[in-house]
Amino acid sequence: MATLTDPPQESFQLSMLLNDTRYRSYTFQFIALIVLIAIMAYLMSNLFANLRAAGLNISYGFLTDPAGYDINQRLIEYDSQSTHLRAALVGILNTLLVASMACVTATILGVIAGVLRLSKNWLVSKLMAFYVEAFRNVPVFIWILMIGTFVTLSGDAPKAFLGENPSREMFLGGFAFTNRGLYMPAVTAGAGAGIVVLVFLASIVAAFWWRSHVKKTLFKTGKLLPAWVFWPILIVPAILAQLVLGSPLGLIAPDTMANRFNIQGGLLLGKPLIALWLALSVYTGAFIAENVRAGIQAVNRGQTEAAASLGLRPGRIMNLVVLPQALRVIIPPLISQYLNITKNSSLAIAVGYADITATLGGITLNQTGRAIECVLLLMLFYLTISLLISAVMNVYNKSVSLKER
Amino acid sequence: MNKSVVFGALTVAGLAAGAAAAGTLDDVKARGKLNCGVSTGLVGFAAPDASGEWKGFDVAVCRAVAAAVLDDPSAVEFVPTTGKTRFTALASGEIDMLARNTTWTFSRDVDLKFEFVGVNYYDGQGFMIPKELGVSSAKELDGATVCIQTGTTTELNLADFFRANNISYEPVPIETNAEAQQQYLAGACDVYTTDASGLAATRATFENPGDHIVLPEIVSKEPLGPLVRHGDNEWGDIVRWTLNALISAEELGVTSTNVAGLGEKANPETPEINRLLGTEGNLGEMLGLDADWAKRAIAVEGNYGEIFEKNIGESTPIGLARGLNGQWKNGGLLYSPPFR
Repeated sequence: MATLTDPPQESFQLSMLLNDTRYRSYTFQFIALIVLIAIMAYLMSNLFANLRAAGLNISYGFLTDPAGYDINQRLIEYDSQSTHLRAALVGILNTLLVASMACVTATILGVIAGVLRLSKNWLVSKLMAFYVEAFRNVPVFIWILMIGTFVTLSGDAPKAFLGENPSREMFLGGFAFTNRGLYMPAVTAGAGAGIVVLVFLASIVAAFWWRSHVKKTLFKTGKLLPAWVFWPILIVPAILAQLVLGSPLGLIAPDTMANRFNIQGGLLLGKPLIALWLALSVYTGAFIAENVRAGIQAVNRGQTEAAASLGLRPGRIMNLVVLPQALRVIIPPLISQYLNITKNSSLAIAVGYADITATLGGITLNQTGRAIECVLLLMLFYLTISLLISAVMNVYNKSVSLKER
Repeated sequence: MNKSVVFGALTVAGLAAGAAAAGTLDDVKARGKLNCGVSTGLVGFAAPDASGEWKGFDVAVCRAVAAAVLDDPSAVEFVPTTGKTRFTALASGEIDMLARNTTWTFSRDVDLKFEFVGVNYYDGQGFMIPKELGVSSAKELDGATVCIQTGTTTELNLADFFRANNISYEPVPIETNAEAQQQYLAGACDVYTTDASGLAATRATFENPGDHIVLPEIVSKEPLGPLVRHGDNEWGDIVRWTLNALISAEELGVTSTNVAGLGEKANPETPEINRLLGTEGNLGEMLGLDADWAKRAIAVEGNYGEIFEKNIGESTPIGLARGLNGQWKNGGLLYSPPFR
């Protein structure tokens, strides 16, 4: 008689945590986690114990106290009686301003340099290779200092433009490049300016609708509508509105008579902003150029040859065939370059630019002595903004990545 | 992960502060060197000379303390600090004392937990401007661009002064004195503002000092003095009374040349000098030092007046008059409590 035995029961034994490969990794991970938490808890309790011993406590009450200092570049209302919180906000906006400006110019610069480095023209490609190697191999801090010093020494002091008999005339009657920055005419908005802006926004929508309409008709019927109408649609209505309403939008040139020290009025692109913006752009542009080159070289040569055999011109091959495929390789490293720009902008104080590190992490920290609180806030800000940039860029990356079915 | 690293760093800094809070005197003796925080380079107050040796008015205080405690005025490790790093350096125990033209204010004393041991220079914030601009008063500075060293009280005084006079200005925050000097000379700012003594020191290094004037307005009180951490009163007493010894020595006529002679044996006619120089009483013992501590401190660079004349006085390029910094008997503010 055959005896049937049950298949052995899967019973869990404690020794399996060590001996069974299915569980062993979990055991070690769990132990590592416990150790990590214990170390963190030890360090934290130490921190608080020491703070208590020194009679200090963590408190964010100082944020609502008057800051007491002035900031030279502010995108929102701010004076020395505003709170530390508002000073931090001014710094945040300044950080975002310089970071977004630098992201745009670094991308443009990087794409141009990356494409040109692959040029068959020996001089052009070597020139671009020189740019990339020179800029990415010198620390960005040095570039910021150098460009800052360069702007300081290359411009005239504003005094040259001031008074009845200035030694320098303003360029085109409204532009003055000084060692304190670039003075430009500012836009003034009179009554009805809102209408002109609305009309312009509407014509942007209309112009893009026209562009897609042209494309649709072309694909559907093969008839080519005049695509150049895009530009008149974009510009003409706004100009008409401006004329009909009696020029509500105007330009006002900087005033060289009002003050004995500085040019007043107009728009000032300050020296610190220029220096930081340029330095971050050219430095990160060199890295982006390499990303772009890598992306282009990742596209199979056969693609280029096939496009050429279809009769496409080199410019169109690049724009229609190579770059769209190269983007898949370019975008992920590009995200980290954008993050680098944002984080590197914290070197702003080297040229006196009032970013968040200079206001909250600099003057506020100094005047209140609340180092831990300020540094934690700074970390929180950079973390948030970096994660946001990553999130947005990842969405874009999804849209250009290979659609796998 | 990033977070935990920073927490760790903060905690280590906190630990160091905790460990250093007690027994600074013992630490200094064990180390055989005094760690003294000074400025990154302000001629006359603290700057390395051509041979790399630190010289200056603030440096002399460090050396006097080192001489009193360690019997060696050269046993000082000078730690250059900026306006921003100085307090962290002191609070974390990186330095034992800070002698870096630092203004004694309520919040620094009370909120930041430091102990100002006295005043070694009574200063006030002033403005320097090129002569050719034709400005004779700070109230005419409406619209000017002003270079300021960031992280200092001058930043706040400046904002207050312009607000009180209802005039506008453009601040240019700058990290160090050297950088500010460069910006000012290049014309990137019209005015440079800091303590009047600092302005004089900076102007002395210019190619043509005569082309620049310091405006008459002094817009703030800036009592500058050495400071130590809260909570170690024995160490605070040593630094405080070393400074007082230098000041008393001038008042009592003890100089670097006669200190050795005066300190040899007690002279019944000058009891206060006897107590100061340790030939009478046991003041040194009370401080936890030996009887000759003050004698050594004075022997380094002389009394307060000699230090002043040698480093920033009228015979030096900096050319500061004693003014408020004269002895109380001469109409100044220097007044050391008695050695008794």
